[in-house]
Amino acid sequence: MSADIVTQLVPDVVDARAMGRHLDRQDGVEKVTGAATYAVEHPVEGEVLHAWLVTSTTARGRVLRVDASDALDHPGVLRVLDHESAPRLADTEDRELTVLQDDRIAFRGQIVALVVATSSEAAREGALLVRVHQDEEPAEVVFDEHSATYAPEEVNAGAETDTEVGDPDAAFASAPVVIDATYVTPHEFNSPMEPHAATATWDGALLTLHDSTQAVHAVRTTLAPVLGLAPEQVRVLAPYVGGGFGSKGLPHAPEVAVALAALALPGRPVRLAVTRQQMFALTGYRTATRSRVRLGAEPDGTLLVVRHDASSQTSRIKEFAEQSATAARMMYAAPHRATTHRVAALDVPVPSWMRAPGEMPGMHAQEVALDELAVAAGIDPIDLRERNEPEVDPESGRPFNGRRLVECLRVGADRFGWSGRPAEARARAEGDWWVGTGVASATYPMLFSPGNTARIRSLGEGRYGVDVGAVDLGTGARTVLVQIAADALQVAPDCIDLAIGDTDLPFATVAGGSSGTSSWGSAIAAAAQQFRHDHGSSPDPGLHTTAASGAYADTEGHAMHSFGAVFAEARVHRWTGEVRVSRLHGVYSVGRVINPMTARSQLLGALTMGLSAALHEEGWRDPRTGHVVTQDLATYHVAAHADVRDLQAEWLEEEDHLATPMGSRGIGEIGIVGTSAAIANATFHATGVRVRSLPLTADHFLDA
Amino acid sequence: MKELTYHRATDAAEAVALVAADSDARFLGGGTNLVDHLKLGVARPGTLVDVSRLPLDAVEELPDGGLRIGAAVRNSDLAAHPVVRRGFPAVARALLAGASGQIRHQATTAGNLLQRTRCVYFQDVTTPCNKREPGSGCSALGGYGRYNAVLGASEACVATHPSDLAVALTALDAVAVVLGPDGERRIPLTELHRLPGHHPERDTVLDHGDLVTAVELPGSAVAPASTYAKARDRASYAFALVSVAAAVDLDGDVVRDVRLAWGGVAHRPWRAYVAEEALRGAVLTEETAREAAAAELAAATTTDQTAYKVAMVRNLTAHTLLRLAGGAR
Repeated sequence: MSADIVTQLVPDVVDARAMGRHLDRQDGVEKVTGAATYAVEHPVEGEVLHAWLVTSTTARGRVLRVDASDALDHPGVLRVLDHESAPRLADTEDRELTVLQDDRIAFRGQIVALVVATSSEAAREGALLVRVHQDEEPAEVVFDEHSATYAPEEVNAGAETDTEVGDPDAAFASAPVVIDATYVTPHEFNSPMEPHAATATWDGALLTLHDSTQAVHAVRTTLAPVLGLAPEQVRVLAPYVGGGFGSKGLPHAPEVAVALAALALPGRPVRLAVTRQQMFALTGYRTATRSRVRLGAEPDGTLLVVRHDASSQTSRIKEFAEQSATAARMMYAAPHRATTHRVAALDVPVPSWMRAPGEMPGMHAQEVALDELAVAAGIDPIDLRERNEPEVDPESGRPFNGRRLVECLRVGADRFGWSGRPAEARARAEGDWWVGTGVASATYPMLFSPGNTARIRSLGEGRYGVDVGAVDLGTGARTVLVQIAADALQVAPDCIDLAIGDTDLPFATVAGGSSGTSSWGSAIAAAAQQFRHDHGSSPDPGLHTTAASGAYADTEGHAMHSFGAVFAEARVHRWTGEVRVSRLHGVYSVGRVINPMTARSQLLGALTMGLSAALHEEGWRDPRTGHVVTQDLATYHVAAHADVRDLQAEWLEEEDHLATPMGSRGIGEIGIVGTSAAIANATFHATGVRVRSLPLTADHFLDA
Repeated sequence: MKELTYHRATDAAEAVALVAADSDARFLGGGTNLVDHLKLGVARPGTLVDVSRLPLDAVEELPDGGLRIGAAVRNSDLAAHPVVRRGFPAVARALLAGASGQIRHQATTAGNLLQRTRCVYFQDVTTPCNKREPGSGCSALGGYGRYNAVLGASEACVATHPSDLAVALTALDAVAVVLGPDGERRIPLTELHRLPGHHPERDTVLDHGDLVTAVELPGSAVAPASTYAKARDRASYAFALVSVAAAVDLDGDVVRDVRLAWGGVAHRPWRAYVAEEALRGAVLTEETAREAAAAELAAATTTDQTAYKVAMVRNLTAHTLLRLAGGAR
């Protein structure tokens, strides 16, 4: 299609007809029948080659020599790229993406060579045969209370590093009831079912990348300058993605590696699938966090001071500062408040986004601390939260867009059966199990990514093509965008042909920060409204309109957040300390729910991921080598089906037209926020044992 | 790629002859562990001799009330077998406590016994491991230790044996029937697996070319009152932190006979003879059960990461015995 004239406009409110109702997953049949093709399955022209990564076995040092002679002798192996033979990159500023350009080793598991062969088996064997001589230097890989930290310029999502209101230290010193505790969360790994994978073809003018990504355009705009190509020389496609949880929100080193292989072997498609083990070093992870939380309150629980000092680790080669303390800035009223973020730079892989970065570990700490305060003050945990409900956003002073935390707590309490809960811990046993209940609040900011563009095309006979470079990484985006487009054009959903997942489509931002539906949907609304304005209700086939959405949300006038409440019932085995979560219920205020089925799936999935973080997940980094040794799904435990019992998610009926023209806000992340805290609080209530680190493994409760 | 020869054996003797004659050959059962090892580079055999389709897939009742279980009987079939469920419940429960449904459909009886440790370093060819590469060192000493042994470990190896089934069979005095190049012999389960000593590369007393063709469970007064309990890091699909196979025969409150074996604590299924001896003739109470377990654990060596196992296996032993006693009354 020829270059479009792009109108930018702020869309009007979209009346809901399809939105809010069930619509089957648009790609459900393809997915369950196996017809959906993932990144290394896309049929491509030409004889396909396969790449395999060779990674460092030292955490810090240099590559002395890569001996590829045995690998090259192996049948099927065509090429071994190393830091001397790989094509040169044009921009090496982002050292995570600076693959095979110099001899430095910055972490264990870094790419030090790449084998290309005619089959994946030959490539894998070739990789085993490459001998990488490495010079090892002393490395720092342990993040703990002794780690040297610094204050970053800003933290993830562009938030301020430190904030202070009032005189928090004096307020804490004089507060009648105080909590001062440190909460620790471990390294967690996104572990989507589809590994990071891509098929790359360089035809001499265009690099085509079938990628497993949450953001086709971001991959293009990030990789093109690194590779020394114009953006138009990179096409990225991701029609189906098998999960990402943030780890595919930005390109990582493997995408550069496969592009280098394609550039080195023009005309030959090269496929690369990162192994599960390699994902533990190369594709991002949630850093371990330490949160010292100090709360000071009146005897009735009214907060006087909230102080949250958070630290996390990053890699020496690239800073990522988890914004764990940001939720403490807006969650509860308190006249005195301080938040800080510090980071330890180590010889470790680069941390990145994992579902609700910041909020997840930060709210874990804060919501367990609040439970401790409830116990110390002798107040019901729900009453305590209600007592500290702010009139306006404590951080900005602006009114909230509709803060319904207390309703979530009250509705949830009713559904869960909170009333009659024993105030004392260790008050209820059933058979061999101590039984307890816990609650925590959840929150997530309403985020909107500017610049999204959509195109509406008349296909005739009342049908419309809707094009937007969005990605459905399994969330249901493909389905809800059809619903939004249908309502924006005032037609039925089956009149919409939606195209996503391709940089040839209009620009779209990442499926991340729970911003995808809000941002892409606003662009679709803008384009549809402009299309109707331009072409009326009975357009001739071929007519089209492209429009970008201006900022719709009233972020200057309001503090925009979603809220929720999570309730957990935990059972702790009296003899072994094993923990089971027999009930886990979440109630959310997230704006209009566009598709109840896909939304419930998102919330249940995130609750499950929170349960998994509470009970199981821990990447164990060997302090001697910097190597995450629990590097597969047999040793890095995520919740199994048997761990998930009575799991429920519901939401308050609402439309938030301050937030988006659809009345919706994001739903992808809030379900993981506070969940581990609710479970930790429930285990305390069951046993009287307060565990301030995750995961809540059996050994913690053995003497309970 | 690494090429290998695949041979589907037609009878046990042929399989034994093929493997015995070739130091680079391995038996292939259900493949649920060995195939992983092929992919990881942990095992690199030149020849696989597939014994999973040999006519060793029957469960036969023996005149003494015991069972002869063919080596190729699938874990799920064995767990569902009515005689196993009724007469040897510890065996059925141990099987069902292991792996996942899909893996149990695939895995064989002998293969389950001969699976190798899941020590993370054993499975990672980029790290030293004496079991995988003798003399290279033990990374688990001073490394990730949550699943390490607390009994019978050596400076060369602190790995644990991962099988649940083997623990139940060890408690119930099962015998492995082994066909070797020189004929058949019978090895009690209690003697099949080794402690690591200086040779952690050897999991068992079997020699190259020895094929387990069957497992025999003797008829026993205690086996019907047996059970298996497993503590683990998630509700399913996780190896034991610790596990207990127990059988008890009570005369009132007095222990007439008892069998006790532990998993997750040692390089082999750990038959707790000391604890059994302490319990025989004693009144079974929580106190006596704990004391008996503690006596067995007197020899335990722990680290910060494994200290919990001592308390956990002691608790689980007491809990399991008391539950059996409760059921028996």
